[in-house]
Amino acid sequence: MRISTLFYIMKQGIANIFRNKWFSLASVATISACLLLFGIFVAVIMNFNNIVRTAEQGVSVTVFFADNISEARILEIGEDIEKRVEVAKIEYISAEQAWEDFRMEYFGEEYSDGFTENPLENSSNYEIYLSDVSLQGSLVSYLESIPEVRQVNRSEITASTLSGMNALIVYVSIGIIAILFAVSVFLISNTVMIGIQVRKEEINIMKYIGATDFFVRSPFVIEGIIIGGVGSVLPLGLLYLMYNIVVEFIAQKFTVISSFLSFLPVTEIFQLLLPLCLAMGIGIGFLGSMITVRKHLRV
Amino acid sequence: MALFRQVKSKKIPNENIIVLENVCKAYATGAPALSGVNLTIKQGEFVFIVGDSGSGKSTLIKLLLRELLPTSGEIYVNGQNLQHIKRRNVPKYRRNLGVVFQDFRLLKDRNVFDNVAFAQRIIQVPGREIRKNVPTILSVVGLAGKYKAKPRQLSGGEQQRVAMARALINRPPILLCDEPTGNLDPKNSWEIMKLLEQINQKGTTIIVVTHNREIVNEMQKRVVTMKKGIIVSDEEKGGYIDED
Repeated sequence: MRISTLFYIMKQGIANIFRNKWFSLASVATISACLLLFGIFVAVIMNFNNIVRTAEQGVSVTVFFADNISEARILEIGEDIEKRVEVAKIEYISAEQAWEDFRMEYFGEEYSDGFTENPLENSSNYEIYLSDVSLQGSLVSYLESIPEVRQVNRSEITASTLSGMNALIVYVSIGIIAILFAVSVFLISNTVMIGIQVRKEEINIMKYIGATDFFVRSPFVIEGIIIGGVGSVLPLGLLYLMYNIVVEFIAQKFTVISSFLSFLPVTEIFQLLLPLCLAMGIGIGFLGSMITVRKHLRV
Repeated sequence: MALFRQVKSKKIPNENIIVLENVCKAYATGAPALSGVNLTIKQGEFVFIVGDSGSGKSTLIKLLLRELLPTSGEIYVNGQNLQHIKRRNVPKYRRNLGVVFQDFRLLKDRNVFDNVAFAQRIIQVPGREIRKNVPTILSVVGLAGKYKAKPRQLSGGEQQRVAMARALINRPPILLCDEPTGNLDPKNSWEIMKLLEQINQKGTTIIVVTHNREIVNEMQKRVVTMKKGIIVSDEEKGGYIDED
C-alpha cells in the first residue's frame, strides 16, 4: 500500500469523527458511561478485597501444649506445622515470653515483681497465621490430632465471616460484571445501529465505485479506535481525579469506619484499571466499527 | 479531453464488450425479474434500455454491476464471465464500469473535488496525479470553477455532472447510467445527454436506462425495450415504444 493511501485512510478516519460530530459524541459518551461504571466497580471491589485480605492476615490459630513436653519436641512439632499449605506464618511464644507480654500489658513493671515463679508455665504456644481463612477447619483438625497438643484456640466466627466475604465478593463481581456487560452491549449496539443508518449510503457508494472492503472499512475502524480510546481515557481521567477526593471524604466524614479501613492508593488501582479500560474501550471501538461496516460490505 | 484518448486507442471494432446469454434472474418471491435475456453490446455503442417499472431494467444494471448473480445463463463483460469473479475481486471488476445513478449518490459531506478524487484514491493514484486529473475531468463536465462546493450547494444538473466526472475519471471502457435524467429538468437533462454523447464519441460504451421518451426518440440511438423481464424489441436508431 502506498504511504499516501495510508495517510489518506488515517485522515479520513479522523475526518469521519468530525463529519459525524453527534454520532461520535454519542459513541464516546456511551463508551465512557459504561467504562466509568466499570471503573468505579473495579475500584470498589479492589478496595473491598484489600480490606478483607488485611483482616484475613490477622486471623490466627493458637496452639498450647501438654505439661512436661520438652522444648525440643515443641520445636519439632512447629517444623511440621510450618510445612503445611494452610500456614502462612508461624510464631513461637515461649512460656517466659508469654508471661512477659502478659505482665507488661496488664500489671506494668512495679506490680508484677511479687511473682517469683512464672504463673504461665504451661503456656508455650504457637501463633499460626493462615494462608487462607477457609482452610482453618482442616488445620485445626490436624493440630488437634497431635497427642502433645493440649488446646487449640481459634476464631470460628471471624474465619467463616471472612470466607463468606470472599465468596460474596466473587459472586457480586460476577453479577455486576454480567449486568454491566449486558448494559454496555445494549447501549453500544444501539449506537452502532444508528451508525449503520448514517453510514449505509456512504458505504454503498464506495462499493459501487470499486473500493475494496479494506479501503472502505479502514477509516471506520480508525474512527472506532479513536472513539474507543477517547471513550476510555475520559472516565479514567475522571476516576483518577475523583478517587482521592472520595477516599478523603470517607476518611473525614466516617472516622469510625476509616479507622479500620485501609484504602488502596490510586496508583495501585490504576495498575489494573488503566490497561483494562483502554483495552476495553479500544476493543469496543474496533469491534463496533468492524461489525457496523461488515454488514454493509456485501454490495 | 486527453483523459478519453486512451480508451479510444484501445477500441477494437465490433468487439462485444457486454454479452448476456440466456440470462434469468428470479428473486425468492414474485415473478422472475429476467427471463432468458440475450443481449450483445459492442464496444463504443450508445444503448438506451427502456421499459416500465418492473420490466427488469434495474435487475439488469445490478447484474452488470455484479451486485447480483443470475439464476441461470452467462454474463460476459470485457471478456470476463461475471459468475467466475470471486467476491474479493468484485471491486477490481467494478473499476471497469463508471456508474451514474438517478439520485447522484455523492458523498454529501465532501466537496466536489473530494467526491471526484475518491474514485482515484481507491485505485491508489498518487496525490500529485489526482490534483492534475480532477480539474481536467471537472472542466470536461463544465464544473471547473466549482471544485470547492459541497453537493448541497449545487443544482441537480451540476450534481449529476459531478457524478459523471467521478464515473469517468478512471477512464472506464463502459459507463452505466441508471435514469441519469430522472431528477433533472428538461434543459439539464439535454445537457447531460449531450455530455454523454460527447463521451461516447471518444470511445466509451454508454448504456442508459431511462424513462425519458423525448430524449430516446430525439437521439436516434440503439434502443432495447424490456417488458416483464424479457427484451421485446432491440432497434438500431429506435424510439420509445408505448405501453399497450
